[in-house]
Amino acid sequence: MNLSKIFKNAFLIVIFGLIVTACATKKSVKTTESSTTKAAETQKADPIEKLDALMQGDVYIGSDTVGELASGVPDRVFFATNETILTTASRETLRKQAAWLRQNSDVTVVVEGHADERGTREYNLALGERRANAAKDYLMTYGVSSDRIKVLSYGKERPVDSGSNPLSWSKNRRSVTVKAN
Amino acid sequence: MKNKFLLILIFCFFLKPGISYSLVEIDITRGNLDPLPISVSPFFIDEASKEKIKKNLDIDNLGSEISKVIENNLSKTGLFDALDKESFLQKPDIAHLKPRFEDWVLIKSQVLITGKVTSKFINEKDYIKIEFKLWDVLGAKMVDGFSLTTVPTNWRRVGHKISDKVYERLTGESGYFDTRIIYVAEDGPKTQRVKKLAIMDQDGFNTKYLTLGNELVLTPRFNPTNQMVTYLSYFRNMPRVYLLNIETGKQEVVGDFPGMTFAPRFSPDGKKIIMSLAKDGNSEIWVRNLETNIQEKLTDHPSIDTSPSYSPDGKYITFNSDRSGYQQIYVMRSDGSKVKRISFGKGIYGTPVWSPRGDLIAFTKLHKGKFFIGVMRTDGTGERLLTENFYQEAPSWSPNGRIIIFYRETKTDDKGQGFSAKLWSIDLTGYNERLVPTETDGSDPSWSSLLGN
Repeated sequence: MNLSKIFKNAFLIVIFGLIVTACATKKSVKTTESSTTKAAETQKADPIEKLDALMQGDVYIGSDTVGELASGVPDRVFFATNETILTTASRETLRKQAAWLRQNSDVTVVVEGHADERGTREYNLALGERRANAAKDYLMTYGVSSDRIKVLSYGKERPVDSGSNPLSWSKNRRSVTVKAN
Repeated sequence: MKNKFLLILIFCFFLKPGISYSLVEIDITRGNLDPLPISVSPFFIDEASKEKIKKNLDIDNLGSEISKVIENNLSKTGLFDALDKESFLQKPDIAHLKPRFEDWVLIKSQVLITGKVTSKFINEKDYIKIEFKLWDVLGAKMVDGFSLTTVPTNWRRVGHKISDKVYERLTGESGYFDTRIIYVAEDGPKTQRVKKLAIMDQDGFNTKYLTLGNELVLTPRFNPTNQMVTYLSYFRNMPRVYLLNIETGKQEVVGDFPGMTFAPRFSPDGKKIIMSLAKDGNSEIWVRNLETNIQEKLTDHPSIDTSPSYSPDGKYITFNSDRSGYQQIYVMRSDGSKVKRISFGKGIYGTPVWSPRGDLIAFTKLHKGKFFIGVMRTDGTGERLLTENFYQEAPSWSPNGRIIIFYRETKTDDKGQGFSAKLWSIDLTGYNERLVPTETDGSDPSWSSLLGN
């Protein structure tokens, strides 16, 4: 058996494994084209005012990438750099999520934790897990049973904004509550 | 399979270094030195062998190709200056038989490498026999050489083995050319990166993809004793540490943990995997013995503890923790006792990796918006930053502890365009920074040990 044959075998076995259990990753939120264009225009008009309107400290407070878990229930909350503390706005969002979840008791969710690109990969995986759990804990405090909430950390692997600037990073430091069923 | 190379090593001679060889030795502990002028003569190949090999490998002149592999390896060290073949006065066959040293002195070559490739037909199968000799031009004598026979497809590996021999003979350090690099091949937009495990020869050739990219894979790391790999896979959206045998393709989840396991690395004896377990917002370091299946928690702290790496004697573990507020580097005994912070410079520190020589820890540092790859002694003294950029991390040592490979990402523009991730290498001296060629974008490199026979 030569090396290439070994690799071929390895490859085939890997392929087989993948076919047997193909998995689907949920894409949580799409940025609509109109909102990005609008954001770009506003930025051109007055970048400083725009930033002020979108960030408080370095926590994102805009709505560019935010989707809805249900009507009037935002799906995500944002964090400061290296932080896992929930802001006042985050807690308000999570209370809305909890209320909706209490009303829809058959729904289970995955809370995805994310970090921005300005950190080492492994630390960010841990940080994402911590952020997701901060959100999960808050949902539990407001009456959602822990067995309805799974957490999943993506670290910095799934940014929602591909920019390398403070505003993009602030949108990427987030936890997103995604319906799992 | 492992003995294949051995079995067909029909005739192999090593001229052990004698006591009085005058050959120029290179001091590789200094950076910025004058590279040693070296001539790699194209390996001689007779016409009959040429035709045979052309049929087997579709290579016109395997002799020239092997010499190119060697020349490329040696040049990239920055320690050697491979002289232009146009200036060689002697034909490859004559040079290999007995060089006329005056001719090589004339072009200011201090070292000469010659060789010969012959096609062989043994037990109904084609083989190639490759001879190589290393000559000290000023001392006018042969100082090393060997000959080995192998299947034709192994020809690049023979080139690497010759490069290792030359490097070892001239620097006194063990080589690192007959090695492979496993990494994460990346493709697609930054927000939806497709990542696959990939493996290639150290010089970027023979790339193979080990996964299809259906699920996210991260941080592959070689077992230092064999060709097993541990890595993180998001298979079924369950981020877990896996063990992969790259020879058989067999893979399995490592351990039975109630949360995300990540940041895996082997112990130096290859029998244990050390990793992080994240659960309920807290990441701790665990070790799992692959033989006894016993798993044990090593840290116990409400902070994030991750990126563990063993010392080469297995007695200590360096890791990353934010227990002081920000990410810093710590060292503890391998049973989890005697935790001690060692990084105290300005900035935050991550991804500590213990050098295979044991004396240094490589790390990533973030300070004032820049990322650095650096090294420090194992007590935290002697911090030395080797390279600075917008974003780079994940240092991995060459098996001889001389070179660090890492990955670097570019900053995107206002529109979020222009992102790339590439593998880079740099000498421990801080010199000789080089792009490591990969077919696609790449990240999370891990260097194998020498492949052996």
